[in-house]
Amino acid sequence: MKKLSLSVIGMYLSILAAFSQGSPKTDSSYKPRKLSFEEANIVSSYYIQNGNNAAVTGGIGSEKLTDISNSIDLKIGVYDRRNRKHSFTADFGIDHYTSASSDKIDPATISSASHADTRFYPSVGWTMENEKKGTTIGAGLSYSTEFDYQSFGVNINFAQKTKDKNGELSAKLQAFLDQVSLIYPVELRTSGIAREGDDYATTGRNTFSGELSWSQIINKNLQILFDGELVYQQGYLGLPFHRVYFIDGSVGIENLPSTRLKIPLGIRANYFIGDKFIVRAWYRNYHDDWGINSNALQLETVIKLTPFLSVTPFYRFYQQSAAKYFAPYQAHAVADEFYTSNYDLSKFSSNFFGAGFRIAPPEGVFKIQHLNSLELRYGHYQKTTGMNSNIISLNLRFR
Amino acid sequence: MSNNHSQIAVTGIPAFIAVVLFFSSCTPVKEYQKNKLNDAEMSLSSRKVERTELNFQSYREGASGANGGKTGGGCGCN
Repeated sequence: MKKLSLSVIGMYLSILAAFSQGSPKTDSSYKPRKLSFEEANIVSSYYIQNGNNAAVTGGIGSEKLTDISNSIDLKIGVYDRRNRKHSFTADFGIDHYTSASSDKIDPATISSASHADTRFYPSVGWTMENEKKGTTIGAGLSYSTEFDYQSFGVNINFAQKTKDKNGELSAKLQAFLDQVSLIYPVELRTSGIAREGDDYATTGRNTFSGELSWSQIINKNLQILFDGELVYQQGYLGLPFHRVYFIDGSVGIENLPSTRLKIPLGIRANYFIGDKFIVRAWYRNYHDDWGINSNALQLETVIKLTPFLSVTPFYRFYQQSAAKYFAPYQAHAVADEFYTSNYDLSKFSSNFFGAGFRIAPPEGVFKIQHLNSLELRYGHYQKTTGMNSNIISLNLRFR
Repeated sequence: MSNNHSQIAVTGIPAFIAVVLFFSSCTPVKEYQKNKLNDAEMSLSSRKVERTELNFQSYREGASGANGGKTGGGCGCN
C-alpha cells in the first residue's frame, strides 16, 4: 500500500514538474504541427462497501470490500498538413482491493484468489478530427489484468456533425476478449480442476458491443444526448468461486447461460438555468435476455457559487427485476438448469446520493498555473438488499 | 397489471418528454452563442471524477451501459 501511495505522489509531482514552465497556446487559430500537450488527468478514488449477501458464500456472508483506485491519463494532439487534428490518449490505472468474501474461497489460506488483489489497466487511443467536414474517426486498445482475470479490448469509433454543428451522430464498436481463471471453492476442487503449481485452467468470455448516439443542441441553454447500445456476451459468464447451496443442502458453483444480450437505452439532458445553475439529468432503460429489466434516473444540480467554484448535489435512483436464474441461499433445486445466488442479479432498488465540489480558477488551482481544475465527489449508495457503500473521488486536471 | 402500468409510466414519461423537447424546440445556435453550452460542466459525456463510481455500479447492478461506463473487460468478481 505504501508503494502504491508513493507511486501516486510521484505521478502528481512528475506532472507538476513537467508543466512548470511555459504556457499553452490558447489562440484557437493556432494549429500546432508538432505534438502538443492538451490535457492530463489524475483520478483517485476510495471505495468501501458492506452487506450480508456475498456470492462467494452462496448469498449469505460478508460483502465487505475496500478498493483504492488511481489512474492517470494524458492527451496530446497535432494537426496534419490537411488541417486534420490527431489526438492521442494514454491511460494507466491501478486498483487495489481487499474482499472479505474472497477469503472464503479457500478459508485455509490467506493468499487464495483475490482476497486482496491489484488490477492494472492501461489503454491507448487515437482520434482524427476533420473540423471542415465535421467528422471524427478513432480507435483504441485496452488491457486489464488481475490475479484471476485478463481482458484485452479493442474499439473503433466514428462521428459526424450536422452542417450547422448543432447535432452529432456517433457510432462505436467494441470487443473485449477475456480469460477467467477457474479457481473453485476449496471443497469443490478435484484432481481434474485443482491448481497445478501456480497455474489454473482458464476459459474465455467475449463481449461485443455496438453503440449509437445522437447529441443535439436544443437552444443556447439546453443540449441532449440519446444513447443506445447492443451488447452481446458469450463464453463463461459466471464465476467459478460463486457457490450455490441447494434445497437439499448440497453445494455447487453458479451455472449461467453461455450467452447474454443486453440492450441499454439512455438519454441525457443538460440545462443551464440563468447564470448560476445547471441541471444535469440522465435516464436509462435496460433489458436483457436473462430477465433483468431496469430503470435508472440521475439528477444533478450544479450550483455556481462563483464562475470558478461550484457545488453539485446529486441523486440517483435505480431499480431492477431479478434474473431468471437467481434464487437465494438454499432455494435452488438441484435439477435446475441454471442457478446463481449472486444478489447483484436479484430484484432490488438502490439510492445513491452525495455531492461534488469543483474549483477551476483562471490562475490555476492553488495558483499552480497548469493545474486547471480540482474536483472532489462523495457518494453514499444503498441497496434494498441491505448492501451499502461509500465512495470518494478526486480529479486533478492539468492543461 | 399495476406493475405493467408503473413500468410504462417509468419508461414512457421520460421518453415522451424527451421526444417533445427534441422535436418542438430546436433553435439553431451559432458558435458565438455557445458560451454556456461550452461550459465544462455542460459536457454530455460522463466526467472523469465519476469513473470509479460507474465501475462499481456496473459490478453491483445487473444493468450497465449507455452512460459512458464500461460494458466489458475486468472481472468485478468481488
